[in-house]
Amino acid sequence: MTLHAVVRAVRGQFELSVELSAEPGHVVAVLGHNGAGKSTLLDCLAGLLHSPETSVRLDGRELSLLPPYRRRVGVLRQRPLLFPHLNVRDNVAFGPRAAGARRRQARELADRWLAAVDAAELADRRPAQLSGGQAQRVALARALATDPELLLLDEPLAALDVDAAPAMRGLLRDVLRTNTGRVTVLVTHDPLDALALADTAVVLANGRVVEHGPTQRVLSAPRTPFAARLAGLNLVAGEAVEGGLRTADGALLHGLHAADTEQNSPAVAVFAPSAVSVYPRDGRVPGSPRNTADAVVAALEPHGPVIRLRTQAAAGWAGGLAADLTPAAVADLALEPGTPVTVVVKATAVDVHPAWPSGLARGPELPERSGQAYS
Amino acid sequence: MTRDSTLRSGLRSPRLLWVPAVVGLALIVLPVAGLLLRVDFARLPALLTSPASLDALELSLVTAAISTLLCVLLGVPLAVVLARVRRGARVLRAIVVLPLVMPPVVGGLALLYLLGRNGFAGYLLDVVAGVRVPFTTAAVVLAQTFVAMPFLVISLDGAIRAGGDQYERVAATLGASPWVVFTRVTLPLLLPALGSGVVLSFARALGEFGATITFAGSLQAVTRTLPLEVYARAEADVDSAVALSLLLIVVAIVVIMASGRRMTDGVRP
Repeated sequence: MTLHAVVRAVRGQFELSVELSAEPGHVVAVLGHNGAGKSTLLDCLAGLLHSPETSVRLDGRELSLLPPYRRRVGVLRQRPLLFPHLNVRDNVAFGPRAAGARRRQARELADRWLAAVDAAELADRRPAQLSGGQAQRVALARALATDPELLLLDEPLAALDVDAAPAMRGLLRDVLRTNTGRVTVLVTHDPLDALALADTAVVLANGRVVEHGPTQRVLSAPRTPFAARLAGLNLVAGEAVEGGLRTADGALLHGLHAADTEQNSPAVAVFAPSAVSVYPRDGRVPGSPRNTADAVVAALEPHGPVIRLRTQAAAGWAGGLAADLTPAAVADLALEPGTPVTVVVKATAVDVHPAWPSGLARGPELPERSGQAYS
Repeated sequence: MTRDSTLRSGLRSPRLLWVPAVVGLALIVLPVAGLLLRVDFARLPALLTSPASLDALELSLVTAAISTLLCVLLGVPLAVVLARVRRGARVLRAIVVLPLVMPPVVGGLALLYLLGRNGFAGYLLDVVAGVRVPFTTAAVVLAQTFVAMPFLVISLDGAIRAGGDQYERVAATLGASPWVVFTRVTLPLLLPALGSGVVLSFARALGEFGATITFAGSLQAVTRTLPLEVYARAEADVDSAVALSLLLIVVAIVVIMASGRRMTDGVRP
């Protein structure tokens, strides 16, 4: 499936005007603050909101004139919204039943999808008896059981508590990796979700796209101040190893592994520019920080109340970093482009997350993508 | 002795409220108690099993049941459409609750001037099909449906609007057509509200007097329901009227009990 969508909608003072494209099998993250138009965009794609100037093409099939129930679009929202009058199995079987499957057939399919999201033992429970994380897993199974051609995820992790979110993120990654060409649009305000799940990212502000491109590029080197405020994180790609992350050229960056990070698998170390300290080269670095490296100042630019320093591209983890300094510190250190410095990051400020490896097919056995020709 | 909990709520109602609350409760309990005291229990079986009483009881139960069914068949679609209508919803709601605030006698008159021999629909029915509605059992059912339906519509309308359309939206993205959404999501979610709506409508239909006597008259075994029978006997045979009143109260209590906890827990989805 290739997605090409042009969504234009006006609601009072708010105007949404977004173009969105995605390659087959790709995951597009839509980032933005509350009120940026993310949910409106999703509702337009799903057909829950109509706008005459909207066009949603999926492999050349025009969806915008179809009602939501004919679009073959799956939606997973922040809240699982399982039907309270049905048990877990019948919740998941609802989509196949609506598509005309017989009750037994639909329930078998539901059981397979529940197994795929690791919720088989919950099948006979009522939604009220589930934890937030369990309910969201079931909601994912319910959305996938209809075999959607376009999957829309609307802040799927935002309402989960800190224990449940990493597990759900891991499950989503597995499911999306085992993808068979379906396009996924992930709406989120959390750059980490985009990093963990999406191939490309789009940054939305006041109803418009202000930035788009490969996720890691958009998040680590945002070209607009807005995207920088939203994302503006230091990302270092490499492989997760004991105690941190090893870059492609062998440098080790100490950090804390996220709950869903696996050893020796592709990973990204994430830390905020404010977590980077800058010292003069050959000066004394106080304490015994784990992460110390040499770098050269590439640029200094004002960034709100602070000065954002960028280092020159170089081998190791210290190339192309952003660091936030006070104007006083910049003056004290006499920093200017070309100044050699030593950068320091506390290991506790570095989070190592699993990276999204494009095109990798791996994950749990998922029910086959069937033509679903129900008799 | 078992103790379920050692905890109790720390919130209290203001003591000042207790006085009017007790007076209010007394206003309900004392008249009923007064009626019970007046019952001649020795003659009660004979009074209740008289042909006129039995006719009235049967007629009341049958017509109230049919009216309630009509309320459901017409009121559920009305409530669902009303809750989703975009324009004119306020006007429509005001129209729907009109029978609730209108004196039933006026409702009866209105029905009479629609379906009576001089009413335009009644004239048409008479000339074209030879059907005359007023002063028949059908008229009783119509009168009861007229006054009882708002109870059902209001119960459901409140529940639909309180529940929002979030589950319906989910169902639509799962491929459910509007009809499937209605039958498999909207209706099941409305069952609790429908239950209390049905109980309220049935009770209202059972107690209906004003519209019935105006539009359907008071003919034994045809249109004279229990409330009309009570009224008819109140002057001539007080004991008998009191006995029938007792019967109405018992039926009302049975209805409340049969509805389980729904009524007593308040009308909430």
